[in-house]
Amino acid sequence: MSRPELQAPPEIWYGDIEAKKYTANTRNQQIQADMTYRALELLNLPPDEPAFLLDIGCGSGLSGEILDAEGYIWTGVDVAPSMLEVALEREVEGDLFLQDIGQGFGFRPGSFDGAISISVLQWLLNAETSHPTSSPPHRLTRFFTTLHSALKNPSRAVFQFYPTSDDQIQLITSIAQKAGFGGGIVVDYPNSKKARKVFLCLYVGQQKSQQVPQGLDGDEEQDAKVRFERRRQSEKVRSKSKRKAVKGRDWILKKKELYRKRGKEQVPRDSKYTGRKRKATF
Amino acid sequence: MVRLITHNLLACHVKNCNANNFPLEFQNVQLEIREAEFNPEFVKGFLPKIEWKALVDTARQLGDTSLPNEQPEMLDDDFLKNLHHVLLEIHVEEGSMVCPNCKHEYPISSGIPNMLLAEHEIA
Ligand SMILES: [Zn+2]
Repeated sequence: MSRPELQAPPEIWYGDIEAKKYTANTRNQQIQADMTYRALELLNLPPDEPAFLLDIGCGSGLSGEILDAEGYIWTGVDVAPSMLEVALEREVEGDLFLQDIGQGFGFRPGSFDGAISISVLQWLLNAETSHPTSSPPHRLTRFFTTLHSALKNPSRAVFQFYPTSDDQIQLITSIAQKAGFGGGIVVDYPNSKKARKVFLCLYVGQQKSQQVPQGLDGDEEQDAKVRFERRRQSEKVRSKSKRKAVKGRDWILKKKELYRKRGKEQVPRDSKYTGRKRKATF
Repeated sequence: MVRLITHNLLACHVKNCNANNFPLEFQNVQLEIREAEFNPEFVKGFLPKIEWKALVDTARQLGDTSLPNEQPEMLDDDFLKNLHHVLLEIHVEEGSMVCPNCKHEYPISSGIPNMLLAEHEIA
């Protein structure tokens, strides 16, 4: 099967039907969730501070729902109106913008505490017109330069993406470096055809360690959500923080009531587990 | 769903529009108020990012006069709650944002601002 990014620009590819299909597909949801949790893990945010994040190519809000559930405040940008419409229907809590990231951002310096991006960067590698501003290097430069400025110092931006060649990786990382980013590429499960995932981990400013994290390896794919929450829990214990990361039970009940009033279907029934902090399983 | 939290971070990104391009001015807006969970830690942590005058002026333009002219030194609960409301609970659903410098208009429809530029506006 040929890659979607080679067939049409994203705002065309993800038309109304494709946007709904993509979002409703439970396999897509699971993969997207796994990659979002892994991206959050690589983002390595301080466990005891609330964070304001940018979701680059937020699509229909599949990652956004996870950011909501983990207690982050966020803003999402996407170039496909149909995907944003689905995000509105799903009532994610982040602010949404219709934006072509290859045209750059207008966010003020230091706006965000971090950025994540799932399955988006490869879309920047195709020229759509012959205009000079639509060449991939020009668009990547504009994107990384304005993103670097929009992130606070220090912070990180983590991108899961699907490169087709080492040349593409080389092009992307060299332009990111020129824009001022440190960091590099993390490959999870490099030897598995099915589980292999490529992440670009970019650093703004001085990190505790400038080393790029190790990729995951092993025979079995680990549950990214469990890994992320277990790690955050243990860091919190270490920093003796009292931060309430997960949204409060009262808040969730109130939100569900609101959805019911609006006639939303399939609101999960309240149970004694509602809003209970999930225990990390071992 | 554009709220003042992101509006306060947003400058115009049209080519060569580099000065006096913030804050974007709301025009012909329709508002919706939606409750959001109050997290005082988040609001406190966000304070250093805020351009205070732009926030106060914009909130007043949208009909909310709860914020003082100067950022107070004492952060009591009332103040943080007002700030929480201004940043996170006022949603601009329709209207537009206009750049004070180049006058580019970013239309807002169903709460989503259209930030797309024409070819000649791209830096
Ligand atoms: Zn302008």
